[in-house]
Amino acid sequence: MATAATSPHSHDTGVHGDPPEPSYLTVKRGFRNWIVTLDHKRIGVMYLIGITTSFLLGGVFALLVRTELFLPGSQLVNEAQYNQLFTLHGAIMVFLVIIPGLPAALGNFSLPIVLGAPDVAFPRLNLFSFYLWCTGAALMLLSLIVNAADTGWTFYTPYSTTTGTAVVPAVAGAFVLGFSSIFTGLNFIVTIHKFKPKGMGWFQMPLNLWGIYSTALLQVLATPVLGITLLLLLVERIGRIGIFDPALGGDPVLFQHFFWFYSHPAVYIMILPAMAVMSDLITTFSHKPIFGYRFIAYSSIGLAALSFLVWGHHMFVSGQSRLASMVFSALTFTVAIPSAIKVFNWVATLYKADITLKTPMLYALSFILLFTIGGLTGVFLGALSVDVHLHDTYFVVAHFHYVMMGSALIAFLGALHYWWPKMFGRMFNERVGQVCAVLVFIGFNTTFLPQFVMGARGMARRYFDYDPEFTIFHQVSTVGAFLMGITLVVSFGNLIYSLFRGKRAPRNPWGGSTLEWQAPSPPPLYNFYAHEQPTLYPIYDYTDLYYDEQEGGWLRRKHKAEAETP
Amino acid sequence: MSGVAHDQSGAEVGPGHSDSPFIQHHFDDGAHQFESGKLGIWLFLGQEVLFFSALFVAYIIYRHNHPEIFEYAHKYLDVKMGAINTGVLILSSLSAAWAVRAAQLNQQRLLIFCLVVTLLCAFGFLGIKYVEYSAKVHHHTLFGKRFAPHEAPDGTEIEQPDGNPGKDAAGKPTAKEPLNTVGGVKAQPVDGSKGPPPGTAPVVPGDPSASKEEPASSQAGVGVLPALEAQKDAGAKIDTEAGARPPPNTGMFFTIYFLMTGLHGVHVLAGVFVFIWLLWRATKGHFGPRYYGPIDFAALYWHLVDLIWIFLFPLLYLIA
Repeated sequence: MATAATSPHSHDTGVHGDPPEPSYLTVKRGFRNWIVTLDHKRIGVMYLIGITTSFLLGGVFALLVRTELFLPGSQLVNEAQYNQLFTLHGAIMVFLVIIPGLPAALGNFSLPIVLGAPDVAFPRLNLFSFYLWCTGAALMLLSLIVNAADTGWTFYTPYSTTTGTAVVPAVAGAFVLGFSSIFTGLNFIVTIHKFKPKGMGWFQMPLNLWGIYSTALLQVLATPVLGITLLLLLVERIGRIGIFDPALGGDPVLFQHFFWFYSHPAVYIMILPAMAVMSDLITTFSHKPIFGYRFIAYSSIGLAALSFLVWGHHMFVSGQSRLASMVFSALTFTVAIPSAIKVFNWVATLYKADITLKTPMLYALSFILLFTIGGLTGVFLGALSVDVHLHDTYFVVAHFHYVMMGSALIAFLGALHYWWPKMFGRMFNERVGQVCAVLVFIGFNTTFLPQFVMGARGMARRYFDYDPEFTIFHQVSTVGAFLMGITLVVSFGNLIYSLFRGKRAPRNPWGGSTLEWQAPSPPPLYNFYAHEQPTLYPIYDYTDLYYDEQEGGWLRRKHKAEAETP
Repeated sequence: MSGVAHDQSGAEVGPGHSDSPFIQHHFDDGAHQFESGKLGIWLFLGQEVLFFSALFVAYIIYRHNHPEIFEYAHKYLDVKMGAINTGVLILSSLSAAWAVRAAQLNQQRLLIFCLVVTLLCAFGFLGIKYVEYSAKVHHHTLFGKRFAPHEAPDGTEIEQPDGNPGKDAAGKPTAKEPLNTVGGVKAQPVDGSKGPPPGTAPVVPGDPSASKEEPASSQAGVGVLPALEAQKDAGAKIDTEAGARPPPNTGMFFTIYFLMTGLHGVHVLAGVFVFIWLLWRATKGHFGPRYYGPIDFAALYWHLVDLIWIFLFPLLYLIA
């Protein structure tokens, strides 16, 4: 780090008894110090602000879509505006919220602390990624202001090269966001390789890191293909080069191949960090070592590898050859194996555990249920004949919302509540958090379970209008969406309220065993006080941890023994 | 403290202890920083390979589906220019590699010399590329619809039918060209039993019959439109007969040519900026045996750019 804000000797508090170092939040105040910061924690917090703002925006679009669908016919908007609404909802949620949500925001905050390291490997690249994210977000907003794209988030050709809406800024935004994601992934891989503390081998890493690592591999290896695809789309749209234009000998289906070669792994960019966080949440709140550590670790890598081989299952009805479809279908089924390994291991961890039902754990339990539904319906869609019937219906919509929202975003909420005390040093209102977690679960299922039913009965996705027989399903779904929307606003309000009125957080409020819970809450600039470096205990060892009333959090017995000896 | 996490022991040395002003504080030492940078640049190069991969895939698919276009159109390219450029880039790769060695051995003047040679080669490459591109603009051998040359590769004039693409650069492909191939796909039904009559409308995208995965060899002659056969004959005729019109959609070759060489050129240009920065730093004496990471990483990047060109040259210029 080269800025004055982080000059090497700014905080020499080497010995016991000196006043503690200021936290990263207070060390250099002021807007200008924040926007040029190279501190991974501040960058994580800035991502968090950007991502939650985008989440709010994407959520508003979702509620507008649901309101429009409350009754057949036109309620709020016309057909063309409806297309723009669901496109914006999809593009914002995918590119601005879910993909960067866990890795860039919470991963940035937690990764170096979990490693006991002072920062990520390339802090300047990290800040650069953040500004790329901002640029991408600004371009997306530009599309929204000019004449929002109406192509769906997938930008399929030839529609995306011919429609009159502002596709160019939206695609350029997604392109720039892709590079933000690539550089974040690159940074995390190098950080994990080169900053593991002595004594922490690959199989002593918290499972969270395995997930972040697999995600980062996908970010580096899959996202460039999206980059070039979107670049080709831009050139095609601006210059009419013909690469995707059948009239000039081009191939629109090639676009789909390229697009899904990235965008299927992208689904795992969304879900792998969620699964990773889940492993840590479940073991922490079960106060019990994770069951099947190596299986969970390998299944993360396995999912990352398999995700490159199944893109064709998005194209069963796009004119792919039958042989290719059969191969892709078979490969798609194999994805169920590593996914199921994870679910079974989580359930086995819960078995006979001393479970504490705190807010993050409620989200974790929701995740297990919702992910199981989302994953199993994915197997339906991977089956060729079933997919031909269900393709482009609400069944698909429900399926991927169970995975992307019900799993990835629920995990994001769980992880946010989990690390919130560490990030800001304040405890949120536990009861409000718990009620919100339960209501989000109920609201989510009310929204999306009916969509499975109407999808199976033939309600096509992306339709503005529908037959009256589907009205009841749409109405239940809309009610659920509003319940979920309101609850999410309340739960974010609960978090923000805690910043001002929350109880001071102890170092280890949940009984976590990983290194970040040894750091002060909130941590100082270099994550740990200079005079007390973290101690590496065996991974997921909870035997020494006990709850201390006075501390309001969990302590290690060894600490107690140290404290008592004069 | 046993099992201490990363050693940033502030009390004694403090974060920022280093033997060079260019070692960032969060690394243990110069070696740690160098290794991290090296892994980082390799990952970046992996990313670059995948970034280019889609273009290579597009090349493979279109060449496999329409070999006649590639065989005809590559003759428009100037092999001599391409060969000179290949030599120029290989020379620049040598000087970039030598620059790394010079930095490692603290040969400051040699380092600057090598960086200057690399830069001059990069400018030379871009200059030759500029000459090639302007010739293409001049001859209207451009991408997509803008492919409208007046001359065949051998210099003979192309027959100009009425309303032909030769005169009107923005004109659509003539109706006389049966657009029987669509989306790089042989317009044939999935079952391969019978095709629509020649000259029918192009298959719409998303049409199940646009089954590009069908191995063409197994389907050869079965269900392929008569017009396609005719077109293949035409393609063969073009090779021998001067003045014949180019095969349909010849612009696709130049689409791919400009995409691949253009993206490569952008990478060369990016390399130019990197080497200017390195040259500026080298003149200030920043690099030496203890700190030469940036030179090493830039040279690796430069080798990749060189390597991509070494693939592009035969793929585009040397089609037999």
